[in-house]
Amino acid sequence: METVDNIKIPDAANNPETGSEYAIELRHITKRFGSVVANNDITLSLRKGEILSLLGENGSGKTTLMNMLGGIYYPDEGEILVDGKPVSIRSPKDSFHQGIGMIHQHFKLVDVFTAAENIVLGLEGDKGKLDRASIRKAVAEIADRYGFEIDPDQKVYEMSVSQKQTVEIVKVLYRGADVLILDEPTAVLTPQETDKLFSVMRNMRADGKAIIIITHKLHEVLAVSDRVAVLRKGRYIGCVDTAEATQQSLTDMMVGRSVSLNIDRPKNPDLKDRIRIEHLTVKDKEGVKKLDDVTFTAMGGEILGIAGVAGSGQKELLESIAGLQKMEPGTEIHYIAPDGTDKLLNGMDPLDIINSGVLLSFVPEDRFGMGLVGSMNIIDNIKLRTYRIGKSPFTDRKVPTSLAEKIVSDLEVVTPDINRTPLRRLSGGNVQKVLVGREIASNPTVLMTAYAVRGLDINTSYTIYNLLTEQKMKGVAVIYVGEDLDVLLELCDRILVLCGGQVSGIVDASATTKEEIGLMMTQFRREDAQ
Amino acid sequence: MIRISKRNSISFGKSALIRGIAILLSLIATAIVILAIVGLNPIDVYVSMAKGTFGDPFNLFGKRFQYFLRDMMILTCIAIGLAPAFKMRFWNVGAEGQMLVGAIGAMFFMRNFAGKMPDVLLFVCMIAAALLLGGIWGLIPGFFKAKWNTNETLFTLMMNYIAIRFTAFCVAKWENPFGSNTVGIVNSDTKTGWIGNLLSKGYNGDYLWTVLIVLALCTAMWAYLRYSKQGYEIAVVGDSENTARYAGIRVNRVYMRTMAISGAVCGFAGFLAVSAVSHTISISTAGGRGFTAIIVAWLAKMNPFVMLLISALLTFLSKGAIQIATDFQLNEYASEIISGIVLFFILGSEFFINYKLKLRGSHKEG
Repeated sequence: METVDNIKIPDAANNPETGSEYAIELRHITKRFGSVVANNDITLSLRKGEILSLLGENGSGKTTLMNMLGGIYYPDEGEILVDGKPVSIRSPKDSFHQGIGMIHQHFKLVDVFTAAENIVLGLEGDKGKLDRASIRKAVAEIADRYGFEIDPDQKVYEMSVSQKQTVEIVKVLYRGADVLILDEPTAVLTPQETDKLFSVMRNMRADGKAIIIITHKLHEVLAVSDRVAVLRKGRYIGCVDTAEATQQSLTDMMVGRSVSLNIDRPKNPDLKDRIRIEHLTVKDKEGVKKLDDVTFTAMGGEILGIAGVAGSGQKELLESIAGLQKMEPGTEIHYIAPDGTDKLLNGMDPLDIINSGVLLSFVPEDRFGMGLVGSMNIIDNIKLRTYRIGKSPFTDRKVPTSLAEKIVSDLEVVTPDINRTPLRRLSGGNVQKVLVGREIASNPTVLMTAYAVRGLDINTSYTIYNLLTEQKMKGVAVIYVGEDLDVLLELCDRILVLCGGQVSGIVDASATTKEEIGLMMTQFRREDAQ
Repeated sequence: MIRISKRNSISFGKSALIRGIAILLSLIATAIVILAIVGLNPIDVYVSMAKGTFGDPFNLFGKRFQYFLRDMMILTCIAIGLAPAFKMRFWNVGAEGQMLVGAIGAMFFMRNFAGKMPDVLLFVCMIAAALLLGGIWGLIPGFFKAKWNTNETLFTLMMNYIAIRFTAFCVAKWENPFGSNTVGIVNSDTKTGWIGNLLSKGYNGDYLWTVLIVLALCTAMWAYLRYSKQGYEIAVVGDSENTARYAGIRVNRVYMRTMAISGAVCGFAGFLAVSAVSHTISISTAGGRGFTAIIVAWLAKMNPFVMLLISALLTFLSKGAIQIATDFQLNEYASEIISGIVLFFILGSEFFINYKLKLRGSHKEG
């Protein structure tokens, strides 16, 4: 542990290996937010040298529990033991002094700094000097030991998401963390990158580190962890050895009843061209091409999946169709109505599209940035699609109110009051349900969704998949931008793979593999696209 | 250790209680300050303060109270004008200027067309001119924001100074008597273009017309913001421009339309100031009320009916300050300290309405 010893880290890191069997023990932890009990009497332990998956539906209290280890929240009741000793973690700094390193979903890095600079940021060095050579050496040593690929001198803004994640992990290791908490680390990674992360995690386990991973993807849970702890509605349900668990058994534990994990993929025999895109090119403010000569057709009666590493142009593609993007000349977006009339959508803004009778629904990826109004209640958010109807200068409340009630009951949205609680106060999953529910309810002919199940638990995700399939069978052209390749392969009819703004191929979902798509996501193969 | 957390909701009773406590505390704090600084009996000072609004002896039908109503209503009118802009998160700090140009518009007709057209038509022209000029004054920054995304706070602020100089120019042009550098009381003989009394004969006796007009405006704005399609669009644009665009709202049009409405209502306040109150115009016709109205609108959280209450409070404080100054031969600054303290407590109480404090380790809900 030479790397850690030259930085001043009290207590935790200096504990002899002969301490407790457990790295972390949580005893009878309870945490309340107002009248909501987020964690209810949770007792859970993490052994040294194991990978523990923490599993649970949305709002089951996983993140709250982890945030108490991370020093962001403080438990109302119960105690936390680190290496057998009771500790009080009141701040992220305390947490770090106990040797706990948390890797959040959203990275906290300084873009213009190099990897090495980010790693030492905030640490007390020797006599205020920044000894780059020794930092580089220490970083290289950590990388070697666990199998990271990292260039200490690369600037963060030049990095891919996976590289940034690597920096975050190396950062906490450099600071001497013995316990790592990873909050949905694979959500942003390609399958290949995920495999790499898992092998690094296994190396860390071999080195005696204890790791907690939060993920919604069951196959990953089964692939990487030793034990799985399940939470449901703030309560600890149980802990099982991964070797004895199956996807089905874990889901049943999580949901509390038996849930079917199969996505039906009926074929709609009546396929019709609905959206035909030709030579779509989009440039950002700096003039960099975000989409480059994209051509494809989305058909009514099928789900067209869009796969790609985050930021490959998915957002721009959907926004172009929705009339929210400035497009380069030469682009043509045709909408072919069910009755066969062909309309050119480019040059239209969203209001023009609505007025020309195109029934387009859109679930954007950043819900509050676009699509919903955080300060308004559910009814007023539902109104966004219907308020314009009618000649009266005043908005109608009856239709959106009954629709809101229907969505709340059909999709099991948990809200204190549909009429008063602003959407921002609801949990992410519930917010997403409102958005998806509203977009499907407007009877579209084209339904575009970007990460429609992001942040949703298994049960609701399957509800959404079924709704999308239902729409497809009604003849709607569904465009599904997704990140989970397993789901894309099961749900979609065809999959379009984007790579750096270009179409690297359109494949038949039933005749391809995850590996093939993963490869297409990372390398552009023009000859296959033809 | 004290922990602060945001409240999910608060009952009306509880929030009223918190505000009540705040006012009580402010009176106690002011009493201490009064004793410490000027050595007066705080009770006497409070009574004197109330006289500023209710007259001496207290009389709800007296002139004092009517002046109070008049000033409070005009302040409310400006705040109502600000409401749609603020709801859109468009920081219109140009009410001062929008009110002044509205006053100029009204005065132009009042001065030049009195007797040359039927009285009813004259009123229509005065109001139309006030709305139009105020609306244009609001539209200009709205247009620039929509077109070039200029900073609305600086823009509307600068428009105030243009309006003030423009008023000075008009005052010089309409000077009467010559050399006085004032416009004088316009139509003082015929009273043409003056809003008269509702219950009693004559002018400036009761201000019920002003009260009624502003109350109607208040209701209209409340309904506009809460129930109309345009009001809904304003709220959506205010929260998220991208969501608005997504829903097919033409954001730039909403900016311009809303600012034109905002300016027009502020311009209407200028009409009231000229036709119902002073019957003259000067660069102090707005007199800082365009800025005070910002506080009113904010404290009322853009709810026009709450604005009435806040305006009443602020007007009460300023009338009281003047009264204290004359009763005790203090300068106005001393009495403004008192208003400042009261305001501080009321603003401070908002914190306790939005957040609750909890002592660490205790399990009770705060």
